Formats: sequence, C-alpha cells, structure tokens
Amino acid sequence: MATTTTPPIATAGIDAVPASVEPPEERRFNIGRVLAWVFMIAVILISLFPFYWMLRTALSSNNALYAGSDSLLPVQPSWGGFQRVFGLQTGQEALDAGGAGQPVNFWRYLFNSIVVSTLVTGGQVFFSAMAAYAFARLQWRHREKVFAFFLAGLMIPAIFTLLPNFVLIKQLGLVDTLLGIALPSMLMTPFAVFFLRQFFLGISREVEEAALVEGASKVRVFFRLILPMSTAPIATLAILTYISTWNEYFWALMVSYTDNSRVLTVALGVFKSQTPQTGPDWSGLMAATLVAALPMLILFMLFAKRIVNSIGFSGIK
Amino acid sequence: MAISTPTRRATPRPKRARDDTRLAMLFILPALIGFLVFMVWPTLRGIYLSFTKFNLLTAPEFNGLDNYVRMVQDPVFWNAMKVTIYYVILNIGLQTALALVIAVMMQRLTKRTWLRGIVLTPYLVSNVVAAMVFLWILDFQLGIGNKILEAIGVDRIAFLSSDAWVIPTIAFINVWRHVGYTALLIFAGLQTIPETVYEAARVDGAGEVRMFRSITVPLLRPIIALVLIITVVGSFQVFDTVAIATRGGPVDSSRVLQYYIYDVAFGRFQFGYASAMSVALLLVLVIVTFVQYRLTRAESSDLA
Repeated sequence: MATTTTPPIATAGIDAVPASVEPPEERRFNIGRVLAWVFMIAVILISLFPFYWMLRTALSSNNALYAGSDSLLPVQPSWGGFQRVFGLQTGQEALDAGGAGQPVNFWRYLFNSIVVSTLVTGGQVFFSAMAAYAFARLQWRHREKVFAFFLAGLMIPAIFTLLPNFVLIKQLGLVDTLLGIALPSMLMTPFAVFFLRQFFLGISREVEEAALVEGASKVRVFFRLILPMSTAPIATLAILTYISTWNEYFWALMVSYTDNSRVLTVALGVFKSQTPQTGPDWSGLMAATLVAALPMLILFMLFAKRIVNSIGFSGIK
Repeated sequence: MAISTPTRRATPRPKRARDDTRLAMLFILPALIGFLVFMVWPTLRGIYLSFTKFNLLTAPEFNGLDNYVRMVQDPVFWNAMKVTIYYVILNIGLQTALALVIAVMMQRLTKRTWLRGIVLTPYLVSNVVAAMVFLWILDFQLGIGNKILEAIGVDRIAFLSSDAWVIPTIAFINVWRHVGYTALLIFAGLQTIPETVYEAARVDGAGEVRMFRSITVPLLRPIIALVLIITVVGSFQVFDTVAIATRGGPVDSSRVLQYYIYDVAFGRFQFGYASAMSVALLLVLVIVTFVQYRLTRAESSDLA
C-alpha cells in the first residue's frame, strides 16, 4: 500500500506499518508510485485529448486545416464550422468553406433527441417503478413466477429484437416518427424493474404499514411515500437511461428516414455522408460532433458524482 | 397526480392486505405490455421469420431451412463471423487488461471522484461521436495521430483504410470509449476485498506485484467473470463504429456480423435471411456466455 493516500481512507492499521519499513523498501514504493501516476496521466490525456481536438478543429477554418494540420491551436479561428452545423451559412458560402451545399439544421435534431430521450426516460422509469412496486410490495398470486419471467428478459440481447421490432413499428405505421423510436423502450426494461425492485425491497415496511393503518390506499402509499423516498435511485436510473437513449444509434437509424425523426446520432452519420468525399469538411464535422456530444457532457458535469458512484454491482449482484 | 383514486378507503386495510391482485395487475400492466409486445413477441417472431422469405412488402412466405442452408454456404457470412470474433478478442483482451490496471491504480493512488469522472468521460458520448473523432484523428493525410507518427519517425498508417489495421483500430476506438466504464465496474469490485487481507500480506513481506497476483486477481475473479460476460455480449454486437467509420470496408475486412445483417435487411430487404443470421448470432452469444460462466465459475467467490 502506498504510504500517503488521501487522509480519509488511509486510516488506522496502515499508519502503523510504514514506520517500521526500512528505507530501500520505501524508495521502491515511491518509484512505483511515480510510474503509476505517469501511467494514469497518460490514461487521462488519452481520455480527454479527443475532446480538445474536436473543439480545436471545430474552431478552425476548414480550408486552413490542410496547411496547419499539426498546429495544436485552432488554425485561423472561425465560427464557420458551427455556422454550417446550424444552417446559418448559405449553400454557396458553405461550399466555398469546404462544406456540403445542402442545408442542415441541427436544432431540429437536437429537439428530436430531447423528445425521444425524455419520452423513453419518463415512461420507462415511471412504468418500471409501478411494476417494481407490484413485485416488491403487493401480494398476488404467481408474483414470483411473473418476476422470473421478466428477469429472463435480461438474457435477450437487444440486437435480436431489433429487426422484428422494426417490422412491428412499420405495421403500426410509426416508421419515421419520434414515437416509433421511443415506443419499444418506453414501457419497461427488465433491468429498470429489477433495479427499482431491489431498492423498494429495502424500504422499511413500518412506515408503509403506519400509512395503511391510517387509511391510505396502496396507490397513495406508492405515490406519496414510496416514490418520494426513492428519489435517489430513481434519479440515478433516469440519468443513466437518458444518456444511453441519447447515444443510441442502431435502432434510431432503422426507424428514421427524414428530418421528421432524425435524432442527433443519426443526423451526424448523414452529415458525415454528405460531406465532400475528397477533402471532407472536418471543421464542420467536428463542430457537429461536439454539438452532439455536448448535452451529455454537460449532464455529466452536473451529476458527475451520482453517475460515477452508480457504476458498480449494487444493481446486478 | 393520481391521488384521485380513493380506493375503498373505508375498508380496514390490514385485514384485506393479503391479496392485491387487481391493483397489482393495474400496476404491472404497462410494463407487462411492453415486455410481451416488444421483447417476447419479437423474439418469437424473429425465430419464425428466420424460416421465411420476407421482403417487408408482401407477407412472409415459409421456406423451411432455406435461409440456414444459404447461410452455411455464404462465404460473406463466415467472413463476417471471423471478423467479428477477431474484433471481440482484440477488443475484450485489451479492454479488460487495461481496465484491470486502471482500476487497481485508482484504488492505490486516489479514490477521489474526479479521477474516476475523467476516466469515465469518453463513455458519456455516443459510439458515433467516438467514431467521428477518431476518423479525424487517425486520418491518413491530416490526422494528428499520423502527424505524431511522422514526427517520431514512423511511417504513416492507413488506420481505417487498410485491411490489416481496420479491425484493430475499431477495437481500439471502442476500448477508448468503454475502458473507463469497465474499470469502474472492476473498481467497485475491488472495494469488496477487505483491506485487512492486504495488511496481513504486507506484514508477511509481500510486495505490490505479489499482492496483485495472489490476492487481487483471485479474489476479484467472480467480478471479472461478470464483467467479461457483460462486455463480451456487448462486443459481439458491434455496429455503430463500423457503420460510421468504414461501412464494412475496405472490401469486407470490417464487415462484422451485425453490419452484414443490417445490410442484408435494409440494403437488400431480405428480412428472412437477416433474421436467420440474427438467430445464429443469438446462439453464439448463448454458447459464449454459457462457456464463460462454466470456465470462470462466476457463481463462486473465493471470499465466501
């Protein structure tokens, strides 16, 4: 163990040992520590560099990128990339700047992404919570069997249901609509039900029974007691669902054909395929990429602690 | 909100509390519909469609094992299978090894949230974003990656446009996005190993490397097994990166199974054949998961 960790963690026991360790041992540890930090700094750089590079390229003039491809700062700083992304340049201006002539409007895609992610998150978390409550707290026949059935759903890889689901969405006439993208995951996922049930099981029964004795209905207990007491896990689940829905590409690609329902991930792919094949509009592409990534990065900044700490085995194990 | 449901308030609750069947039905109804309509039904239908000729416009036409016979004889399918397995091995191998090291380093250096936050950042963006930015960084002519190679005196590499490099590069891009998440899962597992075990080893004179090999790895085995099952299943389904960065090329050298299935379904409207290949992929996943489970004995921990 390293001799100097952060104070709250290096407690008792540990402090007792290092004093008796002879100097060479001490030195070896420090070199190891330095190497470990060097490694971690490399990991940090590799993790973050692409984000900087998006920004640097997005703020460069596309035509200048060829000459200044190894400059670490934006080359001939310009908002052109972002202007093309939001359709603020005329076709000719965009062509001159090395972009595609077709107008694009990322506001529309941003809006679509927000609608789809909100529908999926709101619906999935709410309906899964209702089901989780029925599995955790209500008494009914075959409860355990139905729950086992739900759990078996965890085994079905998402990829397998996509093609038949597309056929279904087409039959329902929902192809190229936002609802069509959202619907299959709007009502539940086995994971969400499982995750929330685990949490509801942990809520003390006494509070609930006190409310029931006072004459509250179970419906009221659910809305007024269980949901408010579970704000933390529900928020965690909601944030994670929002992020994964936002980042979904394959399913959205199947369902959307036009601007009516294109979400950001799909639009980014289309934007990429429109760019001139020889000499792509890298500054425009990187501006678009940044625009697509930014909302989730902001969400992450706001809820970093919650998101980081939610990753573990509490839900699975 | 739905507080406007004063269901039989007069009834003395505790007595009737044993049976909530009607209320429970109401509560699970939306989820049950979602489950049956969008998970169970499509699973059965996918299997059925694999025995049909179906072009989406006319009704599916039963054709027995034709799709499977065609699949077995289809060199592109076997190539896709080979490419996918090659990808999974590179992706999972690199990712698990790196994640393990990162997790142990985080455990040893600082458990502060900021470090875990930074490591997790790439996971917050979509595969599409990751593919786009690396398409640019690794561009043959102008990419900073190749500029760096040039600066240190190495020849430029056509990362995404040569058949030797394309799969390793795609594997690397996905490691970049997922390694932090995997590391955090393993990190969470590390927290379950009691500090006293390490203290005892240290008193006995064990070094860092020895402790890693003799304590961390064996005690972490069930966690790693679980992580592997989750990540391998995900890895087999690789699609986004290929669709954005290479479209299966050059030629077929990055045509992974999922991309081929998509191509057959939406490029050629052969939904029956695409479904048959989906069934094959599903079978592969079931077998791989089962074998992994048995090999790693995921259910038993050395800590228990």
